[in-house]
Amino acid sequence: MDTQSQVVSRLRSVFASGVTIPEEFRRAQLTKLMSMIKENQEVIVKALHKDFSKPKFEAILSEVEIVVNDLHYTISNLSSWMKPEYVSKNLATKLDTCFVRREPLGVVLIIGAWNYPVQLILLPLIGAIAAGNCVVIKPSEISAATSSLIAELIPKYLSQDCYAVVTGGSEETKSLLQNRFDHIFYTGSQTVARSILQAASVHLTPVTLELGGKCPCLIYGRIDMPAAARRLVWSKFFNAGQSCVAPDYVLCSPAIRDALLPVIRQTLEDFYSKEPQSCPDLSRIVSPRHWTRLMELLGKSGGKVVIGGESDEEDKYIAPTVLVDVAEDDALMKEEIFGPILPILTVESLQEGIDFMNRQERPLALYVFSDESHIVNTVLENTKSGGFCSNDGIVQMTLPTLPFGGIGASGCGQYHGRWSFETFTHRRGCMLRGWALERLNTLRYPPYTESKLSWLRWSTSPESTCSLM
Amino acid sequence: MSWKIRACYGCQRNGRLTCRRTRLGEPCFKTYPLECVDLLKRARVSFQAGRTLKQCFRLAQLEALVRMLQDNEGDFVDALGKDLHKPRFETILSELIVVKNEALHAIDNLKQWMQPEHVERNLSTTLDECLVVSEPLGVVFIKGAWCNPVQMCLVPLVGAIAAGNCAIISPSMCTAQTAECLHRLAPFYLDNECFHVIFAGINDLPEVMELKFDHVFFTGNREEGTKIAQAAARSLTPVTLVLSGKNPCYVDQHCEIKTAAQRIAWARFHNAGQSMVAPDYILCHKVVKAQLVQALKGCLLHFYGPDPKESRSYGRMVNSEIFNRTRDLLWRSGKVAVGGQVIEAERYIAPTVLTEVGDNDPIMQQDVFGPVLPVLTVNNIDEAITFINKQEKPLCVYAYSNNHKVISRLIIETSSGSFCSNDSVLQSLMVSLPFGGVGASGTGAYHGRHSFETFSHRKSCLLRGTRFECVTYLRYPPYEDRNLSLMTWASTLSQKSQGWCQIL
Repeated sequence: MDTQSQVVSRLRSVFASGVTIPEEFRRAQLTKLMSMIKENQEVIVKALHKDFSKPKFEAILSEVEIVVNDLHYTISNLSSWMKPEYVSKNLATKLDTCFVRREPLGVVLIIGAWNYPVQLILLPLIGAIAAGNCVVIKPSEISAATSSLIAELIPKYLSQDCYAVVTGGSEETKSLLQNRFDHIFYTGSQTVARSILQAASVHLTPVTLELGGKCPCLIYGRIDMPAAARRLVWSKFFNAGQSCVAPDYVLCSPAIRDALLPVIRQTLEDFYSKEPQSCPDLSRIVSPRHWTRLMELLGKSGGKVVIGGESDEEDKYIAPTVLVDVAEDDALMKEEIFGPILPILTVESLQEGIDFMNRQERPLALYVFSDESHIVNTVLENTKSGGFCSNDGIVQMTLPTLPFGGIGASGCGQYHGRWSFETFTHRRGCMLRGWALERLNTLRYPPYTESKLSWLRWSTSPESTCSLM
Repeated sequence: MSWKIRACYGCQRNGRLTCRRTRLGEPCFKTYPLECVDLLKRARVSFQAGRTLKQCFRLAQLEALVRMLQDNEGDFVDALGKDLHKPRFETILSELIVVKNEALHAIDNLKQWMQPEHVERNLSTTLDECLVVSEPLGVVFIKGAWCNPVQMCLVPLVGAIAAGNCAIISPSMCTAQTAECLHRLAPFYLDNECFHVIFAGINDLPEVMELKFDHVFFTGNREEGTKIAQAAARSLTPVTLVLSGKNPCYVDQHCEIKTAAQRIAWARFHNAGQSMVAPDYILCHKVVKAQLVQALKGCLLHFYGPDPKESRSYGRMVNSEIFNRTRDLLWRSGKVAVGGQVIEAERYIAPTVLTEVGDNDPIMQQDVFGPVLPVLTVNNIDEAITFINKQEKPLCVYAYSNNHKVISRLIIETSSGSFCSNDSVLQSLMVSLPFGGVGASGTGAYHGRHSFETFSHRKSCLLRGTRFECVTYLRYPPYEDRNLSLMTWASTLSQKSQGWCQIL
């Protein structure tokens, strides 16, 4: 069994041989990845169920379908993405060819997270393969069953020379990071992100960080209460709230809160029945440690539980829970919740809501529920977030044509669809000159004279798209 | 990068015994961390108030920048003349006009760049608006390198302004006169709350970065770049790094040697060799090596005359440290074929070509930031490519050849920030080409629209209504296999026509 360094060196030699570059190779690998997902759908669903009782429906939607869609999108567009992009020229370069060439970076590292263990490894992997790189894949050890499955399936379908899976916990990740990579793609927490950046900075390795954050959900103005409640409840409690883009907390007026609570209660009952614990459509918390963290948060909170609150340690179960009377400095507001607990905070006006959101760290997503488009636009223009969605949650990340990523504390860089390809690509500016027009060139050579300068000032006029030296 | 001599009054007040100044007798302009904190606060307040967002504000600032350069051409020429002995011609072309063109390009295109971009939708979002909006990042920090001090601060600034950010600019302290010029002039042209010019040495930067910016843009050498990356890691700050490296230049046997020599000589020796994009070393096909060296000799004579020290078209080294370093490399490597004269008092090094340079010579172990051009011999292009690939990825790769296949091989089989065939440097000045590094030469790119994108966040927006629940209904619990089948069946249908789809 190779050591980590041996794996990385081996991949480096393979990359240098140029085998991952041709379009046919990339397309073939992507097609094999597609087969891997489609042929193993059942076992993937089973593994996800083992890790956190993920219902089959959720597993298919959020782990299988989303990857299949991105694959289809990437495979159909790969040729056009790979083509050189010709750019406009200026007076002096009319006879030249100027283009941007998209080149792979080399050997890249993808570190996945546990909450969507398949999607968070395979979506970046699609981009890395499409861009022509060799890849080291490190799935999260917390979603143990799914990660072992990935470690088993990838070598079976994809080229073992070009793609390697490394398993293990934080120690193994730390030692893996001692190696030099050409790009690191990390999904996870801020704390770990800092140490990844430190390790990467030694080699000047660029990093894409997909971090979490508290995604606020502002409900304001005229709304269709039942529809809003359905969408809010769906996006909050999908995967038992363990999504980086789940609405973390709600901001609304006291009147809306009072109108919303009974509708949420009803929607929860419609979705998960009167006994959510026995409903097969509700996931569990991924591990005892994460369950304990959530229960502690709930315990420390000064808010009042108005819906749910039940829990079962052995089952790693927490009921869909809603709290009110939560203050800005509450325990629940100090960190990303990442569980089926929804605090509702009240604001008196739209501006108060906007100011509140702007006081927090920049989130991965920001949500507004309102039937009034001017309210939606006001919030859109006056807040900052990775992504934005009005009158729904999570879905903005399922469209492969929209870039997905954070800003500030929620991360840097973007992916999905074409953006994954661009993340793992170097855009190299190329200029191919001929020998002609050397007489024009002599204008720039010493000995410098005023007349040469005048000519050059004229030729590098505002209409041109370049300055000529 | 600087002498440590007895502290000036300002530094003594701040408890320092020695002071960083670049030359004896020069005043110390250090901006202290407390001042930076205040400036950053003011910039943040302005940004949060939305001052930089409107298109008319951004246009006004860009126009002011152009005026600043036009109105004060003489001052910049003087300052760069004192700092680098830069000829007026070079200052105007490579510093002022480059920035002016970037600003004018941004002004012409700003409206289009600021437009939200509508993206292709899928079946379930057909009734929604799906768009990508470009938003400013906030307050950004720009640190320019000393070799082109005006260009390297102001070209990124054009992008930062166009994208709607506030900025703190730190010109290099090695070119102190130019830094002072920018510091003095900026408040008369740019908004005084949103844009500030500070004095900070490289060693101060980690401290400055602790103050937390929304993006850091740095141009310099690899060692400095690594320090910046490490400081950025501690504060989770995104960075763009444009770092110098050894830019190889391959000269093929089938080549217009005389023209090639002219273009290479110009690229290498302008600004007295102090350029991040100049060819660092030549890999010359053995068949044409003697010819090339002869042609270079002829060129240099034509460009700078028999005694370049007397030429008004030739510069000087920026400071003693760079002078000493370059002189040492010259003395300890290869054999002088052209030039080689040095005059310490003037920080003058003649345009020099070295031959018989070994792979392990000191000049091949470091970036050459001076007018010394080593020419190594290779037997064929394979050797050249192997040699290039043994080094770290550079900012630029250059190739001179009549043969398209040779050029293609060099593009395909090497990696670098950018590439140019049969010329040098120009690809880094094209407003429409992204300019940046890869690997050890950096991360990120700028120029033209790429500057705008570097300082923007692309925010994905999905604007839905709540009225049409018909499709969304399928996704809600209680989960039914029937609904799942319906959704995947509809997806497959759309895949056949569009290639992909998602129903949620």
